[in-house]
Amino acid sequence: MNFIDNPGKLHGFEKTGFEKNIKIEKVSRRSILKGLGITGGFVLAAPVMSRQAFAYETGAGKMPHGVVVDPRVFVAVGPDGIVTILAHRSEMGTGVRTSLPLIVAEEMEADWSRVKVKQAHGDEVKFGNQDTDGSRSTRHYLIPMRQIGAAARTMLEQAAAKRWGVPATEVKAVNHEVVHSASGRKLGFGELAADAAKESMPSIEGLKLKDPKDFRYLGKGQVGIVDLHDITTGKALYGADVRLPGMKYAVIARPPVTGGKLVSFDPDTALKIPGVEKVMKVQGWPWPSKFQPLGGVAVIARNTGAAIKGRDALKLTWDDGANGKYDSVAYRKELEEASRKPGLVVRAEGDADAALKTADKVVVGEYYLPHLAHASMEPPVAVADVKGDKAEIWAPVQSPGGTREDVAKTLGIPEGNVTVNVTLLGGGFGRKSKCDFALEAALLSKELGAPVKVQWTREDDVHHDFLHTVSVERIEAGLDKSGKVIAWRHRSVAPTIASTFAAGAKHAAPFELGMGLVDMPFEIANISCENPEAAAFTRIGWFRSVSNIPRAFAVQSMVGEIAAATGRDQKETLLALIGSPRIVKPAVKDMWNYGEPQDSYPIDTARLRKVVELVAEKGEWGRQVPKGHGLGIAVHRSFVSYIATIVEVAVDDKGKLTVPRVDTAIDCGTYVNPERIASQIEGAAIMGLSLAKYGEISFKDGKVQQKNFDDFQVVRIDESPALTNVYIVPPGPDTPPSGVGEPGVPPFAPALMNAIFAATGKRIRSLPLGKQLEA
Amino acid sequence: MIKVKINGQEQSWDGDPDLPLLWFLRDEAGLTGTKFGCGQALCGSCTVIVDKEAVRSCITSINDVAGREVTTIEGLHPNGDHPVQKAWRQVNVPQCGFCQAGQIMQAAALLMDNPKPSHDQIREAMSGNICRCGCYQRIENAVHLASTGV
Repeated sequence: MNFIDNPGKLHGFEKTGFEKNIKIEKVSRRSILKGLGITGGFVLAAPVMSRQAFAYETGAGKMPHGVVVDPRVFVAVGPDGIVTILAHRSEMGTGVRTSLPLIVAEEMEADWSRVKVKQAHGDEVKFGNQDTDGSRSTRHYLIPMRQIGAAARTMLEQAAAKRWGVPATEVKAVNHEVVHSASGRKLGFGELAADAAKESMPSIEGLKLKDPKDFRYLGKGQVGIVDLHDITTGKALYGADVRLPGMKYAVIARPPVTGGKLVSFDPDTALKIPGVEKVMKVQGWPWPSKFQPLGGVAVIARNTGAAIKGRDALKLTWDDGANGKYDSVAYRKELEEASRKPGLVVRAEGDADAALKTADKVVVGEYYLPHLAHASMEPPVAVADVKGDKAEIWAPVQSPGGTREDVAKTLGIPEGNVTVNVTLLGGGFGRKSKCDFALEAALLSKELGAPVKVQWTREDDVHHDFLHTVSVERIEAGLDKSGKVIAWRHRSVAPTIASTFAAGAKHAAPFELGMGLVDMPFEIANISCENPEAAAFTRIGWFRSVSNIPRAFAVQSMVGEIAAATGRDQKETLLALIGSPRIVKPAVKDMWNYGEPQDSYPIDTARLRKVVELVAEKGEWGRQVPKGHGLGIAVHRSFVSYIATIVEVAVDDKGKLTVPRVDTAIDCGTYVNPERIASQIEGAAIMGLSLAKYGEISFKDGKVQQKNFDDFQVVRIDESPALTNVYIVPPGPDTPPSGVGEPGVPPFAPALMNAIFAATGKRIRSLPLGKQLEA
Repeated sequence: MIKVKINGQEQSWDGDPDLPLLWFLRDEAGLTGTKFGCGQALCGSCTVIVDKEAVRSCITSINDVAGREVTTIEGLHPNGDHPVQKAWRQVNVPQCGFCQAGQIMQAAALLMDNPKPSHDQIREAMSGNICRCGCYQRIENAVHLASTGV
């Protein structure tokens, strides 16, 4: 593949020190407004997509602040011909900072080597929704970004036609210039920039989008990410890399138990550490309080090393509060007991109770999945500079708009006085959708009257995460004499993310139910999905693919158990359960469907079957494997994409596990950058293997028992799969784009466990695997 | 006064001699390419080369490197065209990119020591460097490519 090897033109962040960068950023913000010329936003009311114009609708318009389709907000053309395109979503490794601007460049006929990408500040009124989560960026912005590019192209074409005095229909933008082929005249984008800025904004409905067969970049996978050169040379700017004149470094001691409070502290030992300048209290909010800080004691120092040493030297007394009793061993028993009793029915079709009673055989699986920490390589970090009633933040946040809102509320200042600069994110996985670390920096900067960087240590990150939930998933499958599944009861018991927003929330929210529980696609006559109560005792949050992890684990493990119980092939059992190609419409009141309309994003079992068949073919399902090896398969629809994975596992006589090969097929509809899709799926296999082998955060006396990568282990290169293959289903002409960042994770662990069963005859129902094979 | 050569430049420090090299580099010398991931030599994000050896700068004090030569990602090659860096770009290794400076420094040290490592040797030498995004397949391929000529 060819990759852009001239990254000098592609930097979003200038190379020349950050102080300078701030200035550049501000200047270019103005030039962006000036570039195509007109200040004052022309914002289309969301939703902008209409049936007449496009083949599909998305849920983009229903997101907070919807979608803004305006080239004057997103695109600038300089007199030198450099096209600057704003990236308004956060880059945490998915490639979105490249992909969305690339869509604009494609449609406006810009030459990518003459495009600069600039990161947008947090401002959702101006840019539309910026929450970089839910695997939504491409699916919500493919069409808007194409429209923005097409509108910019149209304005450039109109300007050229006027200059030449010819009808606009006779001119055409081609590779960074507009040509009039009848006369052979050409004008570069730079030469047209000033005139194009005076052109009126074309109507979105009337825009002519490119024929996909003429695409130069989209779907080709030949453009490297814009930050590639900076990342490989250490110049890429992450949250922790921001340095401001006079900046102080802060590390905070937080209550060890969620909801705990500081009773007393002795700053003297900390103040004796060389480099420590000050010890101060940090305001905390009672739990639950969405993303507000936990409070505690901050050590302020001249560098991070001194601040960490000072923090560790603090003498602190805490009141642990009500959550001091949280104990993972006891809580697991509670969840298991709850899963064995009827709970709130959230989907009912036929009569599962009756069918289970009359079934010839009932296969029961009770699965346990513990809390997980995100453990992104970059621990939470933020810089704040609060002066009077103005605040400027630099932070690796997935939700720059939400951060702006929360900073304004926390400091009691108008939102318009808050600037949120988004750096690169050293991983996010959902953790950095919560901006508590930026709020801490804002509070400290306000009190100190100086810029402050708050750096979390890895221990802070592991102890004070918004954790992936803990759950018990219990499935009972009733089989008739022929081995056909006639009844399915799935009880899912887990503390809800809603408990982080509202005290006492005990049932899953519709968006959690919709992640693999009530949208279960099997063709079974009698279905009951239930959600017994579960209380939360710590902060629960989104973790890459969220509730899909436990649900896919349970459902796809159960497929393996049914295959074993009936003596059939896993893949054939899976296809039989999926059933006929059809659109599934579960009997569910608040069907979430990832926020997407079911018309354009139905549950389509033809697509589900297709990824199973594709991965089986490419991944050579049924191939002969050596002794001690086994193959496992799993499929799952999440974030409106369809993904199937085959894992080959090898287990030696000591129970040591290796993964010789992984094959994954994904149908994510129309796609932008297949090379980044492959990287996401390769990475999802590693994250899947990590959570399956090691992933566990446990509590005793309300405190997290793990602290760092020694006891919260993740997979390293020497245990990573020897080979991971990714197959992407070619989209139909109008197939809407769907998620990529998250959906690779859920099928991995169950495919692995099905493979382990094939290799050893042992069924693993409790994660992590740990030493279970060594017994 | 502790003196240390960083990327060919003499630097000095008269503060806490126990200050981890990582924080001297990042906060005092302004070389932010070296990253903080764990603080306990568990993840390798902070890897730098001291003389010819890969070292975890988070548990190495500034005093430990007195009089020695430290190379960080910023100093690996003047134009960023060290064979490992070029290979990294050719293979499109990074996702979020945060751990990559450490990975690249570890790989560069490996190739100084063993110019033609086998795949197993690559996996072993790189096993102290965590990538949470899971770029391992590409890391392995990039180190191999760097060792065979970019």
